[in-house]
Amino acid sequence: MTRILAYTDQISSAPGGSIQVKVSCDGLDQYDARLIRVIQGDVNPSGPGYREEVVDLDLGGPNPARFQPIHAGSYGIAESAPPLDMGKSFSMQALIWPTLPGRGPQTILSYEDPNSSAAFRLYLDAAGALAFQVTESQGDSDSISTGSPLFGQRWYLASGEYDVVSRTLTVIQVPLISTPQAQDRLKDSKVVTIGTAKAGPDGVIMIAAHSGSERPAVGHFNGRIEAPKLFARLLDEHEKVNPDTAKSQDLIAAWDFSVGISTDTIIDVSDNQLNGRLVNLPARGVTGYLWNGDEHCWKNNFDHYAAIHFHDDDLYDCEWETDFEVKLPDSLNSGVYAVHLQSGSEVYYTPFAVRPPRGNRSAPVAFILPTASYMAYANNRIGIDVPETEIVTGRLVQMNPIDLFMQTHPEIGLSFYDVHNDGSGVYYSSRLRPIVQMQPKQIGHLGGVGSNLWQFNADTHILAWLEQLEQPFDVITDEDLEKEGSQVLDGYRAVITGTHPEYYSVGMLDSLQSYLNAGGRLMYLGGNGFYWRVSFHPTLPGVIECRKSEDGIRVYPPPPGEFYASFTGEYTGLWRRNGRAPNELVGIGMVSQGFDCSSPFILTEASRDARVSFIFDGVEGPVVGDYGLSGGGAAGLELDATNHAWGTPPNTLVLATSKRHSDLYLMTPEDMDDPAPGLGGTEAEIIRAEMVFFETPKGGAVFSTGSIAWCGSLSHINYSNDVARITGNVLKRFLDPTPFPVM
Amino acid sequence: MSRYRLSDEDLKYAAEFKADPLGTPSPGLQRVLNLLRGGPKKGKYVLIVKEPFRRWNLGRMPESRGEPIEIISEVEYTDLAEAEWDVFKRRWKASTGQDLDQELA
Repeated sequence: MTRILAYTDQISSAPGGSIQVKVSCDGLDQYDARLIRVIQGDVNPSGPGYREEVVDLDLGGPNPARFQPIHAGSYGIAESAPPLDMGKSFSMQALIWPTLPGRGPQTILSYEDPNSSAAFRLYLDAAGALAFQVTESQGDSDSISTGSPLFGQRWYLASGEYDVVSRTLTVIQVPLISTPQAQDRLKDSKVVTIGTAKAGPDGVIMIAAHSGSERPAVGHFNGRIEAPKLFARLLDEHEKVNPDTAKSQDLIAAWDFSVGISTDTIIDVSDNQLNGRLVNLPARGVTGYLWNGDEHCWKNNFDHYAAIHFHDDDLYDCEWETDFEVKLPDSLNSGVYAVHLQSGSEVYYTPFAVRPPRGNRSAPVAFILPTASYMAYANNRIGIDVPETEIVTGRLVQMNPIDLFMQTHPEIGLSFYDVHNDGSGVYYSSRLRPIVQMQPKQIGHLGGVGSNLWQFNADTHILAWLEQLEQPFDVITDEDLEKEGSQVLDGYRAVITGTHPEYYSVGMLDSLQSYLNAGGRLMYLGGNGFYWRVSFHPTLPGVIECRKSEDGIRVYPPPPGEFYASFTGEYTGLWRRNGRAPNELVGIGMVSQGFDCSSPFILTEASRDARVSFIFDGVEGPVVGDYGLSGGGAAGLELDATNHAWGTPPNTLVLATSKRHSDLYLMTPEDMDDPAPGLGGTEAEIIRAEMVFFETPKGGAVFSTGSIAWCGSLSHINYSNDVARITGNVLKRFLDPTPFPVM
Repeated sequence: MSRYRLSDEDLKYAAEFKADPLGTPSPGLQRVLNLLRGGPKKGKYVLIVKEPFRRWNLGRMPESRGEPIEIISEVEYTDLAEAEWDVFKRRWKASTGQDLDQELA
């Protein structure tokens, strides 16, 4: 069971700061809370053992438990609309591109009086046909439907009107591209018998949903809506069948979604200026009905991007009430912490970083907690939605309690590894919701035979290694890099990455590059890092955007015309398609993935180069890392290798490489220009991890392992092994301020 | 989705899998596994973790989000190799009608 859920308002805070904790309990009376420092999250009995340290800090409690719901589904809302006057004729119109017609009633536009039942609603009925409904103040209602379902993924002009004189409701669905025999161009009318009513002020207009009694919005629309309008009159015959011909007189509201694409505000261009807001971040910067392929960036032709794609499973911010606040003591060391919540056998951890005080460093080493990548994978459904997971992992998929929970609670939101209910890609991922996989003790699906850890919990292998070294270290998150730039890394002698820092914004990348340019030393202890470009929202906290344009390993391709981020207008996709391949930064870049067994590294001739003698002090070789908790070897899961064409520096030494992987390891699509036989790990030379080292200008250096699995081998025989020795040797030298020679 | 269809020629791969369900498969066995482990989500066999790294139930996936995963509580495993072989046999029988315990006896 998963009966406690929680999240925090921030993912990073300094000593003296505070963290707001938002908790929801299902069927529990109370819970206890304490602060713990996360040391080793791996519960594998073959591993080093789970470790956490309780912080002596009174968080109050026991706290009364309460249930806080998650209301997924996006919509637009504009309040304080003019009084709804049902004594006058009235019309609604919008361009729509439905994606799930027939999957329950779905509201396109609603106009409701919050003080009575009076309402108009233009919607798709349960069968997927366009319908129009009027409800009078006392609750009596009547509706009309065309009775003919719309086709999905096609543009329609949808109109509904109420003629107060003839008491007639009319609904019209007009396909913008007519198809013979399709029978989806229809109009129907009926005389209704309900009385007229005049509702008071403060009307509420909702787009893609209408208000519900037990939740703020119901009847979510799946698909795109463009140019929704409301008129205090009937439409003329030309307006009913031709988009963009509606005259502006008697407009109650007309929203132009091409304005403010990077915001969550919708702009009403009518005289009433009923600007509204979007809830749960529907997709913006998407192609509208005018898009014809001439322009691929929304910034260059707003008119072609005047649609918003709504989903019934969008989720940005759960907006839970805060249960309590954790005041971080001034004396608290930087580190990875979590609020531990417990009620009987029910336990939940909500982690965050305590970074050093701004402008200070409390240790010579900084570990970059890859929180953008945690957000990218947040609540991913790789184990439960993707039937191919068993084939690609080479073993039965194990369903943990959080998997059972996510299967029955899809409202917890999606990741960049999922598709929406309508099959469209997920562009946004937020941390303002419980991220059930971002907890110590959690077991993943892609972490290989053994502990099977992924992202947050796999990174605790690094925390525990630093702990046993008794090496003081600070923790900096991706958001700190993004917000504050390279200054958060200034002065650290060494910076360490996580096992899979896959998602990087331009701000994060610039920060890391600046650190290296100034002579910093970087230990990239993972694989497939710096792969996808992401964008943080300029004003909304805790949310990133990623559109996986062109190619790369991805669950879905964004459709044509949608390769630019709506948050920032940046071109998206792989960093290598953006002119900044990871090879330039860390010498290597992603070449393959496989999730069954990992392999050892074999030292190369270059490992005996005097430049790197410090790395192999005490290491016999040539085999290194034929053990480990992440697939049984140090080279595995996702692999990086050098490629000078993509920017590997010419002074790079390839110190070790893996020689053979299973055929579940396959080349990346971006390297598979002309598919030919022999693309698996037993045959393709490209499928290998390469461990590299190179010096940088101003006396710095980079050491990269090229393998997610590397850190799963650190704890073998109580950290007395070649993988730990190599990693420790590198750290020791990187902490030595003596500059590396500039070649 | 694999178009491969099992025949008696594949019984040697079933024997290979039985001998080492967690090992690295030969190319022939991999082709068999691609078929047996493929297929749609609905009804797919999974393991339900009862105790991490120690005990599992057999389970089957539903078709859609929101539907619970079926837990077959009467089928319990305490060894992953045992679980892999049991599911292999179930899928082989569903695909061919053959009982591998008899075929490989």
